[in-house]
Amino acid sequence: MARLLPKKDVVIIGLGWTGAILAQQLTDAGLNVVAIERGPWRDTPTDFNVAYVQDELRYAVRKDLFLQPSVEAMTMRNNPGQTALPMRDYGSFLPGHGVGGAGVHWNGHTWRFWDGDFQIKTHLTQRYGAAKIKTLQLQDWGVTWNEIESSFDQFEYLCGISGKAGNIKGQTQAGGNPFESPRSREYPTPPMKMSYAPTLFAQTVKEMGYHPFPTPSANLSQAYVNPLGVRMGQCTYCGFCERFACGNYSKASAQTTILPVLMKKPNFEARTECEVLKVNLTPDGKMAKSVTYIDANGAEFEQPGDMVLLCAYGLMNVRMMLLSRIGKQYDPATAAGTVGRNYCYQTSAGARMFFEGKRFNPFIGAGTLGQSMDDFNGDAFDHSKLDFVGGAGINCVVTNGRPIGNRPTMPGSPRWGAKWKQATVDGYQNAMGFSAQGSSYPVRENYLDLDPTYKDRHGRPLLRVTFDFPDNDIAMSHHISDQMEMMTKPFNAKYAAVSRLKKGWDAVPYQSTHNTGGAIMGSDPKTSAVNKYLQSWDVPNVFVVGASAFAHNAGLNPTGTVGALAHWAAEAITTKYIKSPGALVPA
Amino acid sequence: MNHTSRTLSRRRLLASAAALPILAASAADGRSLSGTVPWSPFAGEPPRPVNPLGWYFFTPGEAATIEAIVERFIPGDHLSPSGKDCGCAIYIDRQLAGSFGQASRLYTQGPFLPGLSTQGYQGDLTPAGRYRLGLRALSDYTNTSYKKDFRALTAEQQDEVLAGLDGGKIKLKLKPGFSTKEFFELMLQNTMEGFFADPLYGGNKGMASWKMIGFPGARYDYRDHIDKHNQPYPHGPVSIYGQA
Repeated sequence: MARLLPKKDVVIIGLGWTGAILAQQLTDAGLNVVAIERGPWRDTPTDFNVAYVQDELRYAVRKDLFLQPSVEAMTMRNNPGQTALPMRDYGSFLPGHGVGGAGVHWNGHTWRFWDGDFQIKTHLTQRYGAAKIKTLQLQDWGVTWNEIESSFDQFEYLCGISGKAGNIKGQTQAGGNPFESPRSREYPTPPMKMSYAPTLFAQTVKEMGYHPFPTPSANLSQAYVNPLGVRMGQCTYCGFCERFACGNYSKASAQTTILPVLMKKPNFEARTECEVLKVNLTPDGKMAKSVTYIDANGAEFEQPGDMVLLCAYGLMNVRMMLLSRIGKQYDPATAAGTVGRNYCYQTSAGARMFFEGKRFNPFIGAGTLGQSMDDFNGDAFDHSKLDFVGGAGINCVVTNGRPIGNRPTMPGSPRWGAKWKQATVDGYQNAMGFSAQGSSYPVRENYLDLDPTYKDRHGRPLLRVTFDFPDNDIAMSHHISDQMEMMTKPFNAKYAAVSRLKKGWDAVPYQSTHNTGGAIMGSDPKTSAVNKYLQSWDVPNVFVVGASAFAHNAGLNPTGTVGALAHWAAEAITTKYIKSPGALVPA
Repeated sequence: MNHTSRTLSRRRLLASAAALPILAASAADGRSLSGTVPWSPFAGEPPRPVNPLGWYFFTPGEAATIEAIVERFIPGDHLSPSGKDCGCAIYIDRQLAGSFGQASRLYTQGPFLPGLSTQGYQGDLTPAGRYRLGLRALSDYTNTSYKKDFRALTAEQQDEVLAGLDGGKIKLKLKPGFSTKEFFELMLQNTMEGFFADPLYGGNKGMASWKMIGFPGARYDYRDHIDKHNQPYPHGPVSIYGQA
């Protein structure tokens, strides 16, 4: 029997970025909040120790900070006709674990989606006609740019993002991204210094007439004190960033921006190494009354609360809803049901170039040390004569030169033996590349549900991911690869090649931890799981916060938009829901 | 992994946290944290350097075969000592004796069904089990084809066999769900891990691979060189345990 604990105002599942942001805002509003986190407590001085954090084998190869499949795996298949099998090791994407979540080991690329993304169906239909997008399940998000811009601003100032604005209140700014949607003010800190490869990239593509700008970065160019009074340090370009935690307090995370303030509050409690098994509903299924969790010794507890906020990784939010029967499972055969709908990913391609006699020093890196261009991203270019919608950001980012994973050799070189060694030495200082991070648009047959066969360590069904790259996205990606091939020419490299994406999403090689959708926001309860405030249509004292709410994925990293949605939901709860608990939007 | 386990560390944390008044009365096992940023001494988990003596997993015969293989993957020359002399076989042995070898972090529940290429490894063997089976099958193959163990072949013959495993010309007698190509890739990946990892793991003696390519290792601050474009970095590598 689960031991019944005293009631809290708010129970948060997961203490990563979104859990920390909501806990901070809701405790400020006077609520008693408990955050229940499956993984361990983690903090900079104890767990991200500068004496040994620069260990490629431990953190990048054996993935020490990540969710381990023994704790929770998922199954995958490419289409509903196949049998899903477990990803016995995580490869294509790497969910986080523990306090701080994936925000501990992210790269720090901090983008805003475009104004047009939030009304994507309306926008694309108006510009190109409904027939253009008929194969896609695109839909508006239910929120508008003008409503949510200040939430982006809040997140960027919380983190101290280093960048250069391209559009302040409609005025184009030299040196920034001319394609971005209007922002209310400049970034909190200036761009990072640039190493050789991104500098060369920016010079070259600028001469081609494109519009490069410094990639907006949560690795800070200078020391910064955020609005909560938390101080961050300057990035040292150490090259141990993504897959690693920062030992310098210079990468924004819950640890470096919120927890020093939040943890001191008497009306906040974090319970770590406690795994929530399900959200318990009232007998009519219309309200959440508590969560059941299991602690590190296997004892069960029931934690009642007036509100329950799902703030785990997006995929786990969807699984928790399905395990708890919050909302109705989406069915790809009929497109009825909402939970699991519009699962999207990211559509990537890369350009690789080899030179002679260069010193790129790839080990001088940071998660977001780079230059980007949006000339071919989103709807920044005219699609009326093209057979697809969407696009890709093109980024030259030097994250690292760690040699287990990053030792490029000229194509055609052997992979072992004496000639491999020479090719490795020749390639290490002479390779540079840039990559396309493409949009991923929803189709009817890409979705999430519970696996009928495979179970986790507690006997609960694993999440089943059914996904392949839609034809629209393949066409988009090939168009971008064509552009990238032309872009490599002026570099006059000894060798240049651009990859071309194929059908058949492969769960093994790392691609991107940008899994989106499954509990999407919208204005119609028939086609969205949560309303514009991320409140469940079906169980109104449950909010579901994360990339699970994205109705599609753009050619941009998701964390900036996740952080904005967390602030947006927090504002709705503190200004609207607390005063009048219940559905904030009539169903 | 050669660092203290999460469980041990957690117990130590619990023991230290139990003495503090911040522990809430309702605390379950797991930690209840409120009112302060928790901190306790020795909460970190530094890695432990491997002991380079003896074999923990391999039999003497297997060890000799693996040493011969890493010697062919990474031959000694003017660029670096060989994979064997750098300790790559020791590295693999210690990995197989630890959590990597036992697949302790992976999802290992059945049923084990044949998968699509996009679904990854679906066999029921741990990495340790794959090495044990693969090395036995390799020995059977060379004893049939060359009447010798792999380690007794000439360097040219060894390269011929490895190229056959790599290119698909040789099919070892393994088991469903575990192909010859997968065995080859596992050995190659683990050899390269050892050669390029921090020397504390046993396979990059003297930071040989880092010196070979010019990787400065565990240095953590390049602010003085970030804008010195296309110029050699002036310092050699350092390791986590302070080799320089």
